[in-house]
Amino acid sequence: MGEAIVITSGKGGVGKTTTSANLGTSLAILGKKVCLVDTDIGLRNLDVVMGLENRIIYDLVDVVEGRCKLHQALVKDKRFDDLLYLLPAAQTSDKNAVTPAQMKQLIDGLKQDYDYIIIDCPAGIEQGYKNAVAGADKAIVVTTPEVSAVRDADRIIGLLEKEENVEPPKLVINRIRSHMVKSGEMLDIDDITSHLSIDLIGIVADDDQVIKASNQGEPIALDPNNRASIAYRNIARRILGESVPLKPLDEEPKGFVAKIKKFFGVRA
Amino acid sequence: MTAMSNKLLQNVIIKGTKQGLTLHLDDSCSFQMLMQELDAKLSANIRTQENSPLIKVRVHTGNRYVDEKQEAELKELILKKKIFQIEEIKSNVITLEEAKRMKEESEMTSVCAIIRSGQVIEVPGDLLLIGDVNPGGQVSAGGSIFVLGTLKGIAHAGKHGKLEAVVTASVLKPSLLKIGDIINPTPENFMQEAHEMECAYVEDGQIIIDKLQVLKRKRPHLHKFEGGF
Ligand SMILES: Nc1ncnc2c1ncn2[C@@H]1O[C@H](COP(=O)(O)OP(=O)(O)OP(=O)(O)O)[C@@H](O)[C@H]1O
Ligand SMILES: [Mg+2]
Repeated sequence: MGEAIVITSGKGGVGKTTTSANLGTSLAILGKKVCLVDTDIGLRNLDVVMGLENRIIYDLVDVVEGRCKLHQALVKDKRFDDLLYLLPAAQTSDKNAVTPAQMKQLIDGLKQDYDYIIIDCPAGIEQGYKNAVAGADKAIVVTTPEVSAVRDADRIIGLLEKEENVEPPKLVINRIRSHMVKSGEMLDIDDITSHLSIDLIGIVADDDQVIKASNQGEPIALDPNNRASIAYRNIARRILGESVPLKPLDEEPKGFVAKIKKFFGVRA
Repeated sequence: MTAMSNKLLQNVIIKGTKQGLTLHLDDSCSFQMLMQELDAKLSANIRTQENSPLIKVRVHTGNRYVDEKQEAELKELILKKKIFQIEEIKSNVITLEEAKRMKEESEMTSVCAIIRSGQVIEVPGDLLLIGDVNPGGQVSAGGSIFVLGTLKGIAHAGKHGKLEAVVTASVLKPSLLKIGDIINPTPENFMQEAHEMECAYVEDGQIIIDKLQVLKRKRPHLHKFEGGF
C-alpha cells in the first residue's frame, strides 16, 4: 500500500509543479514506483514539465467520468523502467468536473499499485485544492522567500492542519538566492521556519537550469550535478525516511572540500 | 378607600432623589396588578410644568425577574406619560443564561495553538494564547488577551467595550490592535523594533504601548484571581 503526498502552496507560481515533477523523478531514480497526478484541471502543465504532453490520450476527468479505465489514462515515462507514470489533468473541463469523493476513490485505487502518489495541487484554496487534498496522506507546502508566498503558505498550513487524514505538512523553501539572503533583501530560512513553525524538508536554490530543464521536458532531477537537482533528490531521500542533514543551501559541491567529500562518498 | 385597594397601593413606591425618581416595584404581586397601580400612580401623583425637562426614572423590580416582553411593557407605560426618561431597569435576579455569560466573561480560556492567516479565535472572557498569532490571523476576547508568543496578526480585547482590558505578548507586533472600540494607529518603524514583553492598554481614549512592568500600576485589577462566580 503506497502513500499519497499532495504538493501545495496557496500562492500560484511558487514551484508546485516543478517540485512535483522533480520529487516524482527523484523517487523513481531511487527505485520507487511513482505515479504523478496533475489535479490542476483546466491549466495542466505537469505533462509539459515532464516532457510527456504528446503522449496523452485520456485524462483524469475521462477516468472519473468513466470514459476510460484508469490504466488507459496513465502515461508511462519511458526514461524509467516501469517506475514512473503520469495521470494528466483535463485541459478542457473545469475544476468542478471532479468531486473530492471521486478524487479520494481514484487515489485510493492508485495506492494499491504504486509506492508514492505525488499530487500536484492547483493554486488557491477552492475546489481544486479540496480535490487535491482529498486523497492525500501527507502534504508538502512549497513557498518562496517572499512575504506574500509565506503568508499564503501559512493559510494553507492552517487548512491542512484541519484535515484529519493528512499528517502535519512539511515545508519546501524554493528559489532561495543566497546573495539576496546575505544582503538581507530576502527573508531567510529562519524567518520563514519560525513564522510557519512546521518541519522543513528541503531548500532549493533559484537556478536558471531549472527553468531550462522544465522547458525541455527534462526535469532537472535527471541531472546528477545540478544543485537544485541535488536538493530535490535529498528531499526524496528524506521522504523515504533517510536522515539527510539540511544545509542552508544544498549547493553543488565545488573545489577542494567538494573533492574530499566526493572521495568519501558524501554529498551535501 | 377599601382595605383591598390600600394594600394594592403598596406595590409601587415612588421615591424622589436628586437625580429624579426611583420606582420600587413589589416582587410578590402579579405583574398585571403592578402595571395597573404604576399607571395610576404615575398619572395621579406627578405634575410638571410645560416645557420642563424630562424626569429621569430608575426602576427597581426587586426579586422579580422581568422578561423582555414585560420590560417592554414597563417602558411603554412609563414613556407614554411623556414626562419621563428611563435611566435603568434593574432586578436582583438574572436568568441562567445571563449568569452563564457573566461567568464566562470572568473566566480565562487558554488555547495552545498557532493562529494562522485566515484563522480566528474568539473567547467570551480573557484569552491566554500559548503560541503565535501570525499575520492575517485574529484573536478577540471579551476581556484581556495574553499571548505567550509572537503577536503579528489582529488582536481585539474588550470587544464588548471593556476598556480596562489589556493586550500583552512576548513579542507585540500586531498588524491591528483594538481595545473596546479604540484602534491604535501603528507608528512608522513599529515593526522594525523589537517589542519584547510589552503590553497595550487604554489611557485617555488612546492605546498606549509600554513595558509589561507598568501594568502592575496601570491595571491593578489584573492582580487577582478572577472567576469563581
Ligand atoms: N528552483 C527554481 N529555480 C528557478 N526557477 C524555478 C524554480 N522553481 C520553479 N521555477 C520556475 O518558476 C515558474 C513557476 O513554477 P511552477 O510552474 O512549478 O509553479 P506552480 O506553483 O506549479 O505554478 P501554478 O500555481 O501556476 O501551478 C516556472 O517557470 C518554473 O520553471
Ligand atoms: Mg502548477
